[in-house]
Amino acid sequence: MRHLIDIMDLSTEELDEMIAVAKDIIAYPEKYAHVCAGKKLATLFFEPSTRTRLSFEAAMYELGGNVLGFSEAQSSSAAKGESVADTITTVGCYADIIAMRHPKEGAPVAGVRRSFVPLINAGDGGHNHPTQTLTDLLTISREKERLDHLTIGLCGDLKFGRTVHSLINAMSRYSGNKFVLISPEELRIPEYLKYETLIKKEQEYVETTDLEGSMPELDILYMTRVQRERFFNEEDYLRLKDSYILTPDKLENAKEDLSILHPLPRVNEISVAVDNDPRARYFEQVRNGKYIRMALILKLLEDAGTLNTDTQGGKRA
Amino acid sequence: MIIGKIEDGIVLDHIQAGRGMELYNILGLEKLDCEVALIQNAPSEKLGRKDILKIDKLIDLNVDAVGFVDPGITVNIIKDGKRAKRSSLELPEEIIDIIRCKNPRCITTIEQELPQVFRLTDRAAKVYRCKYCESKAEHVK
Repeated sequence: MRHLIDIMDLSTEELDEMIAVAKDIIAYPEKYAHVCAGKKLATLFFEPSTRTRLSFEAAMYELGGNVLGFSEAQSSSAAKGESVADTITTVGCYADIIAMRHPKEGAPVAGVRRSFVPLINAGDGGHNHPTQTLTDLLTISREKERLDHLTIGLCGDLKFGRTVHSLINAMSRYSGNKFVLISPEELRIPEYLKYETLIKKEQEYVETTDLEGSMPELDILYMTRVQRERFFNEEDYLRLKDSYILTPDKLENAKEDLSILHPLPRVNEISVAVDNDPRARYFEQVRNGKYIRMALILKLLEDAGTLNTDTQGGKRA
Repeated sequence: MIIGKIEDGIVLDHIQAGRGMELYNILGLEKLDCEVALIQNAPSEKLGRKDILKIDKLIDLNVDAVGFVDPGITVNIIKDGKRAKRSSLELPEEIIDIIRCKNPRCITTIEQELPQVFRLTDRAAKVYRCKYCESKAEHVK
């Protein structure tokens, strides 16, 4: 059974194929409107994440399918002490595919052992969030019409920011990319990521604290939020949370075709005044999240052999 | 110091000095009912100083655990008072229930019946990572 636990579960060819399907969905939505008729997606959210859950649910509805699930652990049997594996196996008796968000890292690996339907990791603590990375890749691909030979600035919390880690891993698969890693000293990317990805794959990168000085060379600026929930110490969080705030004046020296992305939600790291700048693409990024999840649901159901071929008529161009 | 000769048992030799007790604990040797000797800081041509463990019984040895603690250890199987087999070790690809994940955010902290599985992700740097949360094991020196 094929699942998506980590973005590294997908080959580069599969990533490219899914991005192509997502673009086809955007161009010809009517072709896909009923392909999942009679199929059910279960959204198991052991911690709240409105955006991700709604994105999955919207994706399934737009494919003609249905959705069931829960949005917090208190309303699930986890509150009674059931293991993640038992919950997933049980829900697999009702649904054709599962998207799960869990606060504990590694929960999908532990839970997937006996699953007989595809499981999508919709985020496990500060560890993996592969559908955010797919969203980011689709967005970059749509904005720049390529995923290679780009200069990508990543700014904010690069230490705990899982979206940043996954994006670096994914973009390292494509040739000629350069990473500009902009963060306070305390929130630099972890050493293992530097050694096991950037250096091992001979990627060009620089580490800096200077956002404005880095701006002119960037094709992509990926802003992140300093997340309170990743800190054990409130004092550290308060000291670091406002390290970088993107305002219109900081964009003066940026390229005309810069794309500003953010996994959202933002707190104050992008001023609302930036929203009117045509280079602000983070709400379009949200929309892309739904389309790439549609492509992912299709792929996993196809791989599982549970999509009725009769319902797929005319799906692909 | 004189430790008696073993007739049928296992001698773990060339343990890095100071790590014998750690290996003793990991292998759970305190549960055995036979004689077990831990020799610390024995002189060694190869290492300068070394620890040695002698087990006076042919137990089902967890070789992965030994290799994880120190792949430089040599395992000698003694039968009828003679060395029947001598094997060198290498770092195992996977270790199960030998160490615990220290990441407080790991799923294993709330689901304690899960096996504690660590995988070797970088042989040269001796890095093991938790199968679930991918946190680095702090143990290997």
